[in-house]
Amino acid sequence: MAASFARRAIFPTYRCLNGLTRYRQNACHARFISLSNNFQASQWFTKDHEWVTIDGQKGTIGISNYAQEKLGEIVYVELPEIGTSIDAEEVAGCLESVKAASDIVNPVSGTVTEINEALKDEPALVNSKPMDEGWLYKMDLASDVRTDDLMDAAAYKEYCKSCD
Amino acid sequence: MAHIRLGFKNLRDVLNAVGGPRRSSAKRFFAQDAELKRTALYDFHVAEGAKMVPFAGWEMPVKYKTGITEEHLHVRQQVGIFDVSHMLQTRVEGKDRKEFMEKMVVTDIQGLQDNQGTLTVFTNDQGGILDDLIINNTDKDYLYVVSNAGCADTDLAHMKATEASFQKSGGDVKLSVIENALLAVQGPQMVSVLQPGVDFDLKNLPFMTTTEGKVFGVEGCRITRCGYTGEDGVEISVPQSGAEQLLSSLLASSHASVKMIGLGARDSLRLEAGLCLYGNDINATTTPVEANLTWLVSKTRRQKLDFPGAEIIVNQIKKKPTKRRVGFVSSGAPIRGHAKIFSEDGSELIGETTSGCPSPSLKVNVSMGYVQTPFAKNGTKIKIEVRKKMVDAEVSKMPFVPSKYYILK
Repeated sequence: MAASFARRAIFPTYRCLNGLTRYRQNACHARFISLSNNFQASQWFTKDHEWVTIDGQKGTIGISNYAQEKLGEIVYVELPEIGTSIDAEEVAGCLESVKAASDIVNPVSGTVTEINEALKDEPALVNSKPMDEGWLYKMDLASDVRTDDLMDAAAYKEYCKSCD
Repeated sequence: MAHIRLGFKNLRDVLNAVGGPRRSSAKRFFAQDAELKRTALYDFHVAEGAKMVPFAGWEMPVKYKTGITEEHLHVRQQVGIFDVSHMLQTRVEGKDRKEFMEKMVVTDIQGLQDNQGTLTVFTNDQGGILDDLIINNTDKDYLYVVSNAGCADTDLAHMKATEASFQKSGGDVKLSVIENALLAVQGPQMVSVLQPGVDFDLKNLPFMTTTEGKVFGVEGCRITRCGYTGEDGVEISVPQSGAEQLLSSLLASSHASVKMIGLGARDSLRLEAGLCLYGNDINATTTPVEANLTWLVSKTRRQKLDFPGAEIIVNQIKKKPTKRRVGFVSSGAPIRGHAKIFSEDGSELIGETTSGCPSPSLKVNVSMGYVQTPFAKNGTKIKIEVRKKMVDAEVSKMPFVPSKYYILK
């Protein structure tokens, strides 16, 4: 616990007080996911506005509605290659709008098993359906996946308010 | 001229720069914001939902509510208004004013007709470009000069130093800064929007000419047919006190849909139009010849060799420069500035891009940059490196989107 709080303290400026409080509460009872147990699918958000849905050993990654709205029309999506191992907080790909190229920061460690091929022809799916059909890639998660740096939906909602 | 520079960043940083509405004052840019200048229309932008960002020492709207793509296409189809009050407007008086400006720029200023303007560049002794600017020869005994916000301090220092030495040698000239707001009204329906507000026929104001007048009841405006989008348009220099009234009248037009446009779309529009952004596409190390702006170097000036860097520039015109600014069209990963350019087989590094974006009008990626002269021919196939991968591209003529300036035949 102490370690994870110390880590947050390094990046205090990114956090809002409201979001942070709730996010800490959540972190307390869900900071570790044991892959041997049968967990229900859970959805987590990063401070960089990516989401990950964790279902057993599988993870699906996308960007939030808030992020797509603010980025504007996505015209190009660059995704990782299947088979690549990517650590949490490592750059996994890139989303491009007219004015900006934004890195996709991988939320949880794992190996890429599938990418959303539909985005090649229709990158704007990320805008129209960011939480489902506009997903980016799927992963086999590392055995010790940590979610204690991530927010649940309620905490993320608060966090977005602080970003406006 | 107007633009926002974004490198590769994570979503959070990009959203801070282009995304959300105005930052609340408690955020991390607070100290920086406090020092930024604001135009007379700052409150208006905020009320319109603009995302304000620091640009060249000013707090400027990068986009409004709908977003850059929509704003961009609106200018191509209807009419958009840009607040470009951050640009430096200068008044140059005195009987030797044209000779004075010619001490610094490459274009024939003495030969301008009354109320005619021209694009030109300040050059240094090496022939490098110090800034691009527009000089209008008004019929009211002064030159009306507009140059970049990003170069405002150095431009003013350069002009003042030249003024001092020019006066010392007996020249009659007097510089002053015009503290007006500046609105660019751009798009194919511009005439139908502006005509009801002026008492002269816009048919008599062709591209690169200027006139004084009242616009929608606001006195003391200067209307110049020019712009930075490739569309027909005007820039209206308006006293700060009347800026909001003028803007409201234009936006309320019943003749076309008129919307506010931010600096983000201004950059993609000028890119499609093949126009240079100072600091990106041209700078103190590029000459007008290399920058494909040789047409600015007037015949008379080439003969007289009487501008900074004249020998070098004229020599380059005769012998061809070693590198040249050209346009590129590509698909796949969008090309931005500072990407390496290679020969088609990927073996030879031949240049670097200076700016680029996905083109909202053409749905391909457009960019510009410098390549070695043997590769500068239209249609030459090249490779551009993006995130360690090679993208196929082709040298293309510019503008990418045909210009629609109002030019009398």
